[in-house]
Amino acid sequence: MTSPLNTLAAALGDGSVEVVDLTHTLDPDFPVIVLPPEFGQCARFRMEEVSSYDGRGPAWKWHNISMNEHTGTHFDAPIHWVSGRDVANGAVDEIDPSVFVGPVVVIDCSKGASANDDFELTPEIIEAWEAEHGTIPAGAWVLMRTDWSKRRGAEYLNMADDGPHSPGPTPAAIELLLARDIRGFGTETVGTDAGQGAHYTPPYPAHYLLHGAGKYGLQCLSNLDRLPPTGAMLIAPPLKIKGGTGSPLRVLALVPGKTGSGEKA
Amino acid sequence: MTDKLLPPAKKNPQLRQRVPTLPPQMRSRAALGLTAAAARGAFCLQHCDACGTVQYPPRDACCSCLSVDLAWRDTPRGGTVIAETRIHASPDPFYRERLPWRSGLVRLDAGPTVLCHLHGDVGRVDPVRMDLKLDKAGQGVMIALPKERSPDMEDDPQLRSLTAHPKHRRVLITDIRSPATRPLIEALLKAGASQIFVGESESWRRGSDHAAIAALEGVSVMPLDVSDPSSLKKLAAEIGGKTDILINTARYVRPGGVLGADTVFAREEFEVNALGLMRLAQAFGPGMTSRTADGVNSAVAFVNIVSVHALSADPQYGAFSASQAAALSISQTLRAEFRASGLRMINVFTGPTDDEWHQPLPPPKVPPKALAKSVVEGLCEGLEDVFCGDVAKDLEERWRRDPKVLERELAGGGQ
Repeated sequence: MTSPLNTLAAALGDGSVEVVDLTHTLDPDFPVIVLPPEFGQCARFRMEEVSSYDGRGPAWKWHNISMNEHTGTHFDAPIHWVSGRDVANGAVDEIDPSVFVGPVVVIDCSKGASANDDFELTPEIIEAWEAEHGTIPAGAWVLMRTDWSKRRGAEYLNMADDGPHSPGPTPAAIELLLARDIRGFGTETVGTDAGQGAHYTPPYPAHYLLHGAGKYGLQCLSNLDRLPPTGAMLIAPPLKIKGGTGSPLRVLALVPGKTGSGEKA
Repeated sequence: MTDKLLPPAKKNPQLRQRVPTLPPQMRSRAALGLTAAAARGAFCLQHCDACGTVQYPPRDACCSCLSVDLAWRDTPRGGTVIAETRIHASPDPFYRERLPWRSGLVRLDAGPTVLCHLHGDVGRVDPVRMDLKLDKAGQGVMIALPKERSPDMEDDPQLRSLTAHPKHRRVLITDIRSPATRPLIEALLKAGASQIFVGESESWRRGSDHAAIAALEGVSVMPLDVSDPSSLKKLAAEIGGKTDILINTARYVRPGGVLGADTVFAREEFEVNALGLMRLAQAFGPGMTSRTADGVNSAVAFVNIVSVHALSADPQYGAFSASQAAALSISQTLRAEFRASGLRMINVFTGPTDDEWHQPLPPPKVPPKALAKSVVEGLCEGLEDVFCGDVAKDLEERWRRDPKVLERELAGGGQ
């Protein structure tokens, strides 16, 4: 008897389903969100050697690591934002684990984002995408592809005297996604909101509206150019941190293999 | 006339690097008063409170009346050379490497006649200005300097061995974002530093003077974050063997006491100000301590800038003060650990600096330029403790007089 999981295992084995890593390496020099200095700041990723096959531990090497819940490629839980503070099961350890594996659709905004650092994802863009690929199914992750993950160094936060400049969704776009009852929204930038997201009404609409509605966020994703617009599966389980508002995580996608013929790629 | 010190030739890679040696270290406890004065650039001798005699060398009782009421007091620096000698042979490894060495007898205007090092520009019967300096072993020693400044006098080999002069040396300044960094670069170049490396953390944040500073002649900007062990390791591997002077300008400061402030900022303050200093020393210390006898551009000094509230807390900046006290304590251990090599650990104590984190404080505040000047002065004079600005000087004096009274005064509300 062939179960769906046997089929999946076979597909993974023969390359007709591939695993794509959507995660940036946790690196001390990877940008984190920068807030005005009088606010508390997001801790950078840090790694400290505990021993390295030496007097501190002759046969083993290990590190202490430290970071914020929102450092590197990370997951946002509803209680991250004030609007989601009362959402039931809104902390990472309380979320139903079935949330962490699910379908994903990708809206390609890379062309627009390459021309305009402040590129906005609007309802019109979403509707045009739906005209081509069908209505966004309920329970889907929606990822905004901008190819921003290919940027390095100062180009990533793209900080200027008037704040960071990076693409993101308008409030109306988030309202539309909520009307589709999505699972969550993800980006390649440092946050789910645009760099200038503070100037929308409400400020930081993705955070405010998504988390208020009990939805989830993913940010600092990479390799979104390797995902199809529809038909992929996202695996994104955050660490089970008690009362956690988010977590660094390894995000994987299952995508149809290039061969699709039973031959390993 | 002192011969002008020339830039060193490139090292011959086939020759073994000279191993650090120290001058003789045996001293009485009484003589450590000389160290204490030299460390802050004062010229102090023992004054008898009973009969007023000024005596040298330091003893436990007055050489005139046997009173034990001896106080270290500022003493007039004038004197006259009455005899000189040039030593051409010595069984001492330190002096053997530095022969010939001149020393002489100087009759001080204050009374005693002292045996001391002679600057090359002074000879018999010359009037001199006396200075107390720390030698490589951390002992306070006297040197007779020309009464008036002579050209290139800091290049005199005997004087140079008692200072940490930046001339022809390569300097690492750890944080490009510190307001003191730019004036420091200018002051160091003016003092003759040959090359300056400037550390920059988180270049992805922008907002530093990167372009302007990197464009300066003799200055290179390198990635460095004192809170990130991997970045320190990388930079030390690159320039650890040619860092002659290290000046730590990295600092994290947030206002607030202890009760109201959270520990996130406090942790960052300890990460940067205390552990950062420790990491810097671990990364660069071994390279520097191995090179303290390495010719004209030998490694000479590790400089830390610390708030004067390391001595006694400012409750308005409670957690920050705690991090400064920790940094001061770490620097004392480093001083002990550097001792065998002769590498100098310099603390530049500053009052509130004129920057964004001290906005509401009334003047006087220390402008970045003044801080830079104090650092370079500390190097040129070979000090260990430098107090920059009126607030720091005043606090140090009050702390010296009575730490408990100062603590109560800083607690406020006692008038």
